[in-house]
Amino acid sequence: MILPILKGLALTLNRFFSKPITIQYPEEKMPPAKRWRGIQYFEKNERGTTKCVACGLCMAVCPSQCIYIETAEDEEGRRYPLTYELDASRCIFCGFCEEACPVNAIFLGKNYEWVEGDRTVYLMTTERLLEEKKLNP
Amino acid sequence: MQLLYLLIEIVVKCVVVFAGLMIVVAYLTWLERKVLGHIQIRYGPNRCGPFGLLQPFSDAVKAFFKEDLVPGDSDKTIFVLAPMISIIAAISMFAVIPFGNQFTIPGTDWVVKLRLADVDIGLLYIFGIASLGEFGIVLGGWASGNKYGLTGSLRAAAQMISYEVALGLSVVGVIILSQSLRLTEIVNLQAGGFWNWNIWYQPAAFVFFIICGLAEINRTPFDMPEAEAELACGFNIEYSSMKFALFFMAEYAHMVTMGAVAVTLFMGGWQPIIPQLSFIPGIVWFCGKLFIFLFFFIWQRGTFPRLRYDQIMKFGWKVLFELTLLNILITALIVSLRG
Repeated sequence: MILPILKGLALTLNRFFSKPITIQYPEEKMPPAKRWRGIQYFEKNERGTTKCVACGLCMAVCPSQCIYIETAEDEEGRRYPLTYELDASRCIFCGFCEEACPVNAIFLGKNYEWVEGDRTVYLMTTERLLEEKKLNP
Repeated sequence: MQLLYLLIEIVVKCVVVFAGLMIVVAYLTWLERKVLGHIQIRYGPNRCGPFGLLQPFSDAVKAFFKEDLVPGDSDKTIFVLAPMISIIAAISMFAVIPFGNQFTIPGTDWVVKLRLADVDIGLLYIFGIASLGEFGIVLGGWASGNKYGLTGSLRAAAQMISYEVALGLSVVGVIILSQSLRLTEIVNLQAGGFWNWNIWYQPAAFVFFIICGLAEINRTPFDMPEAEAELACGFNIEYSSMKFALFFMAEYAHMVTMGAVAVTLFMGGWQPIIPQLSFIPGIVWFCGKLFIFLFFFIWQRGTFPRLRYDQIMKFGWKVLFELTLLNILITALIVSLRG
């Protein structure tokens, strides 16, 4: 009975002098996993606008129906999204939009830190999605 | 004039001891969280100031600004009185602890004895006040008008009373050896090196004293009144704000006092380890030994799982009670045989 007590005390003392394994979150961060699915971003084409051609496949495949697209054509006959809205507060980060995209325009990034006090801010537009690209080099 | 000086000395000593005790209590909460954190391979508080050293103050500020609730079903007078009884008992126990020898104020012949009161029934006083402190816990839980509080109180009453028996019996061996209840006398008999400390003459009593002391101050292996798992904080379930903080402080002050009593009775109080080191002031030795005890109290909390209520009672009455009696018997036999 005495020996296990002393063994336990020795173990905790050993732990006391070992270095903590805590990651000090705001200063240090865990690198996200290789296949981590975070906030989406848009790839740019050679003209500097979004690669998206507004085919609507992501809208169709999205299980939580958080993508809304209005299609338009420019003067050269190229299709582009007039409005592209992705409600990040409803998104479940399944990655189906990335899989469905025929032109590799939308990707799920590595960013997982996004907190707002107002849920309307989570409605990501084309500009916001292009901006998110900066966090995913 | 002499009387005025004496009065000033008493007041100054009271203030200094009280302030010192409060600082120790405040930083004991910090130390506890820090040590437990490192035992669990994490950091503990480290955001509030360097190494989290300002954490006790931020906790105090938080406690001040919490809402002070008094439940409608409670016995209001007793509900308010209970934390006060608890903290007063915990602090006033420190009055008889000798934390140093004496020194002369330079330039005068005024001798300051480093203890608040040197009464000849010091040990009896400590046990009396310690039992008084239990009233705070028992009355607090009972007056809350809450079934968990009441259960906690019942457990507190049962556990603390049964362990107080063994606690009282475990120090009788020391009393037999030193033939005095005066704490300064007990310390003086342990002078002249660590081989004279009572811990070598009463090792069993020392172990029993530590175990019963832990049960007496409701530390974790014996934290039945404050069973977080099954009673949701037990006796202090209805307490908030500064009333809760008073209970909290009382618990830690109790812990300091229990450590101080253990140092005084078994580890030679302010006496240095070897006589050659006596140039270091006694208060440093006392605080150093006290720190070892406080660290042990926290360390064992991080090590041992909680006991079940019936296991605690069984252990108290069927094991500790008999063993402490046996210890007294053997000590008395040896002392009387040696003449």
